Amino acid sequence: MNELLIHFAPLIAASGEADAAANASGQVFINLAYLVAAVLFILGLRGLTHPRTAVRGNLLGASGMLLAIVVTLRDQAILSYGLIATGLVIGGVIGAVLALRIQMTAMPQMVALLNGFGGGASFFVAGAELWRLLPEETLASEQQVTIAIVASGIIGAVTLTGSLVAFGKLQELISGNAISFSGQQIVNAVLALFAVGLGFWIVSDPTGAFGYWLLVLLAGGLGVLLVLPIGGADMPVVIALLNSYSGLAAASTGFVLNNNMLIIAGSLVGASGLILTRIMCVAMNRSLTNVLFGVLAPAEGSASADDVYAGKVKSVSPEEVAMIFETARRAVVVPGYGLAVSQGQHAVRDLGNLLEQRGCQVQYAIHPVAGRMPGHMNVLLAEANVDYDKMIEMDDINPQFEQVDVALVIGANDVVNPVARTDPGSPIAGMPILDVDKARTVVVVKRSLSPGFAGIPNPLFAADNTLMMFGDGQKAILELVGALEEA
Amino acid sequence: MESLVTGLTIFVLAVFVGFEIITKIPPNLHTPLMSGSNAISGITLVGALLAAGTGNWGWTPVLGMIAVIMASINVVGGFLVTNRMLEMFRRRD
Repeated sequence: MNELLIHFAPLIAASGEADAAANASGQVFINLAYLVAAVLFILGLRGLTHPRTAVRGNLLGASGMLLAIVVTLRDQAILSYGLIATGLVIGGVIGAVLALRIQMTAMPQMVALLNGFGGGASFFVAGAELWRLLPEETLASEQQVTIAIVASGIIGAVTLTGSLVAFGKLQELISGNAISFSGQQIVNAVLALFAVGLGFWIVSDPTGAFGYWLLVLLAGGLGVLLVLPIGGADMPVVIALLNSYSGLAAASTGFVLNNNMLIIAGSLVGASGLILTRIMCVAMNRSLTNVLFGVLAPAEGSASADDVYAGKVKSVSPEEVAMIFETARRAVVVPGYGLAVSQGQHAVRDLGNLLEQRGCQVQYAIHPVAGRMPGHMNVLLAEANVDYDKMIEMDDINPQFEQVDVALVIGANDVVNPVARTDPGSPIAGMPILDVDKARTVVVVKRSLSPGFAGIPNPLFAADNTLMMFGDGQKAILELVGALEEA
Repeated sequence: MESLVTGLTIFVLAVFVGFEIITKIPPNLHTPLMSGSNAISGITLVGALLAAGTGNWGWTPVLGMIAVIMASINVVGGFLVTNRMLEMFRRRD
């Protein structure tokens, strides 16, 4: 249809009416292409439901994006391409370099940063649109556009600054611990109230852009203050939530531009982030409000480290552990963040291969909040060539631990602490854990007996069937591999 | 207000579609899901392109160009890094 109109354009261009018709049909063509792009996004996400189809799914999503971009570039509203080309080249190069050079262990930082840019793009687009519409004085009559601009500004700015703080914490540019001051909740509430109030004012009287930038500034401050008090162990929740926000920001930009494809794409991402947030919260047995605003209170009256560990902890050498593995028929590896920190995933894979050569079945039990983002451990193991069929979810592996000869815990603590099941007064009471204590022998690789994020001692380390192999994760595993090869 | 309601309708329906699909994605792929969905949220690039290409010199194209840079980092970085991760999961097949 569009081709046809272009073909006949010289014939009918004389009439302004026909020109308008050509414009309108051009818009129809663009909108249909956007619909195809939206479908490609949905199919792309559906591809991610299995590792075999996932690469193709990602390509489908990317081709949807390419289609949307190409079609947009043909839009008649675009009169100059200089700034567009400059921006695309700068952004594309930065994005490609980041994507190709980032280490898998640093993936949480990378995703945090990408979330932030998504939010930033949203409030800049909303700001640009406000500036474009102001002289036309259509805003007073089109209240819905102003409402959407305000929403984009608030969500986008919170996402940008919140993600930058999360990035800083994960990259250890700022302290990963919870940073808070008294009255922080009140300051947050006041900031939020001011932002929303300012939003109402802009909607009722959209005559200047000054208010918008003040709004973005307030929301940006709010984003910083919301993420600062959240500690390292809760990072998976925060990243998932910011992921959701970046989707909502895109959707609200869709409302600004009256573009349905943006709304669809944004709400898919918003839903995805929300689901992951919920999974993370359930895996920690905490509510979202508790993660965002609560503080993990140290348990009162719970056992001290001395009571739990005194005289009961058995420290063993890699050679002794190798002897235990020699007779094992089934081993389960439980990787924690400590493994990622020591870059030990390749050493673990070597150990797994060695054991399998000797006829021992090896699986990997992964707690949902192991690592710094959802699925982080799985990616690290996949990087080391571990087959995804061997990575087992918590709910599937837990009933099987009684048949496991050796459970090898590497750099994990709170997620294997049996206190979560036994002591209702504990700060982690009710949190689902990996039941490694039910395995015949538990070997824990850990630097020291220092507590995890919950700040409580772990009776697993003092259990009768537990052996502690103290040392850096990667080094200890390499020593174990060496001992096994000699034996 | 009519287009607002249409938009909201689409928004709500798409959220449901999202929930249906994403609950089926296994935990193994949650990290690539985050980076991949992130790349999709870079769709804001479409709005950024329109703003950056308005022609007249002024705040709109400048803000638009900043948005183009941010969104294209998101799009290019997101899809590439997701592909990198997913290839790792596929290797053994």
